[in-house]
Amino acid sequence: MVLVAGAALALLWAPEDADQGPSQRIFYFHVPIALTAYACFGWGAWKGLRLLWTGEERHDLESYTAVHLGTIFGTLTLVTGSIWARTSWGQWWSWGSRQLVLFLVLFLFYCAYFMLRYSLADGAGRARISAVYALFGVVLIPVSFLAIRLAEDIVHPVVFDQDGPQMSGSMFFTFCLCLVGMFLLAATLYANELTGKRLDARLRELREALT
Amino acid sequence: MSYLADVAALARKDLLLELRAKETLPSMVLFGVAMLVVFRFALPADAPERASGGLLWVAILFVALLGLTRAFVAEREQHVLDALVLAPSDRSAIWLGKAAATLAFLAAAEAVAVPAYVLFFGGVGWATLVAVALADIGLCAVGALLAAMAVSGRARELLLPLLFLPLAIPVLIGGVGSTVTDDPARYLAFLALYDGVFAILAWASFEYVVTE
Repeated sequence: MVLVAGAALALLWAPEDADQGPSQRIFYFHVPIALTAYACFGWGAWKGLRLLWTGEERHDLESYTAVHLGTIFGTLTLVTGSIWARTSWGQWWSWGSRQLVLFLVLFLFYCAYFMLRYSLADGAGRARISAVYALFGVVLIPVSFLAIRLAEDIVHPVVFDQDGPQMSGSMFFTFCLCLVGMFLLAATLYANELTGKRLDARLRELREALT
Repeated sequence: MSYLADVAALARKDLLLELRAKETLPSMVLFGVAMLVVFRFALPADAPERASGGLLWVAILFVALLGLTRAFVAEREQHVLDALVLAPSDRSAIWLGKAAATLAFLAAAEAVAVPAYVLFFGGVGWATLVAVALADIGLCAVGALLAAMAVSGRARELLLPLLFLPLAIPVLIGGVGSTVTDDPARYLAFLALYDGVFAILAWASFEYVVTE
């Protein structure tokens, strides 16, 4: 697993070699991080669905870990997006960027996920409610995106070009490398965190059994 | 169809309770009007008319939130929810009954708030009224499920605004768009889409929210 993490990091450093303007480079991190966040939320919702279908307890922890990781990546998306906005347009925040606004809404939604989880007592009820909420989240992603697109006409005139830079062959290759690297990083973190949480749960069970 | 009979019975129970207690509905009405007055003072003198249109929707959102906060409290305190879950009917009927009752309260509150808005700020078009109807359906459908979730936890109904607002943002966008733009059809279609998607999702998943 350490090897996978190492390979992922090595891949992420590849774009330093491509000749770009320095501010463009954040793009290689920002978009893969965003895509990874989506993937994590999707995975969390899928695990939630599995939990509701089969009732197996282990899916709850998997779903929770995925959402947790997704939130971390989502926060990173906001941070890197903010840096990109600063370097490209001179402001720390831009309501004109659909991606950023979508992530802000998702950030609010998934932070509420944790508040919900902490407020519920441990057990099957909490697992089920978290799963339903994760499903709502994944449905919210396209609906929110559509809403934000519609909102642009009423709230904020679209001043800046939202499309990513046109990518030449070498840039595209670097981008794909980064994407794969980011996914691998996420997968590694996921496996790590899941193992840690399972060990925690097992430890707690053993302690309770002893007392 | 006994499913609809169940839903009707549950909604009727909530409406009767409210008719006797008269707690939630007057609060919602007064809150709506109070919000409009606050907005009057919050808007600067040269604010465009579009700004006040947006504020109508904020008022609707928070009046809905107020109504939803009270939605499952009585069930929780009197442990009625356990009894309802044990009843031999589809659990989603609980959700539908609650959503229908909340919708009735919200519509009643808006029957006062919207004319008050017209009085304070100016006219509303047909698009706004259609949007209000569609938005109400969406807000109550999603809100009823979220209220059931919130009430199960320690933080109880205090959690509801956190859960509700991110999901309410698309409704707000749809509503404001219908009110202030020249082409409301897109926004109305979007509201209908939101209603359809989330109502189906809520209907299908409510059972998992209330069973242990």
